[in-house]
Amino acid sequence: MEQYEKIYLYKRIVKAKLFIDDHYAENIDLGNICDQANFSRFHFIRLFKSIYGSTPNNYLIKTRMEKAKILLAKGHSVLETSIMVGFDSPTSFAGMFKRIAGQTPSSFQKKQHAQKNAMQLNPLLFVPNCFAENNGWTK
Amino acid sequence: MITKITHTCIYVLDQNSAYDFYVNKLGFKVHTDAPMGEGARWLTVTPPEQPELEITLFLVAEGGMFDEETVQIMTTLIKKGTFGAAVFTCKDLLATYEELKSKGVVFKKPPTKEFYGYEALFLDDSGNWFSLAQINS
Repeated sequence: MEQYEKIYLYKRIVKAKLFIDDHYAENIDLGNICDQANFSRFHFIRLFKSIYGSTPNNYLIKTRMEKAKILLAKGHSVLETSIMVGFDSPTSFAGMFKRIAGQTPSSFQKKQHAQKNAMQLNPLLFVPNCFAENNGWTK
Repeated sequence: MITKITHTCIYVLDQNSAYDFYVNKLGFKVHTDAPMGEGARWLTVTPPEQPELEITLFLVAEGGMFDEETVQIMTTLIKKGTFGAAVFTCKDLLATYEELKSKGVVFKKPPTKEFYGYEALFLDDSGNWFSLAQINS
């Protein structure tokens, strides 16, 4: 019986985590996330942190920043990216990005763009030579 | 003295499908995705908290490293679930199991108590199997 209760509890926390994964671009807050799990706020934060190692709010921020990196790498502008990951203002987005990633969104984007170009122009720089030779890619 | 593994290979039957599985389902990050001409592609991903280990999603296809016979044999064996490719670890197996199951990942073995912690086995989109473990601290 205890095992079933534990599984049920896990399912609810995982549901809340997946809610963040799916709705990070929307204006969600801890209240929305708690609703998904049907827990009191205190109990929910404690359980979420014990499973994922960070509070739901920190996990939401981290998810938004990881998605922002992907969008910036794809060439979206800082403004577009900030909106697409749920920020009202590009300034607050840029501030948060710099705090988490240690560089500004535009600096991150420039580096990603340079690496993407290098990958297209000279892909062999990114492949161990043994694989390149065995596949006939060096000819 | 050998110090580290930097690259390892998982042989896959479709790189687009493998990309979706490893990136969108398992949550791995793309490290390199470089076109190598004539439909060939060098695609590597990294586990979320191990950015220095590149896992090459290597396409089993004729040409280069594999002849037609090898491709047929490898395809049959991979589809049959012959190859155990790696042991992945996570902080909380029950939560990871529930999450991956909800994303459609197929498990051969549910979380089971072992002497070192907990283990489950899952399959990738090609048929390779993996151990997913939570190690006792």
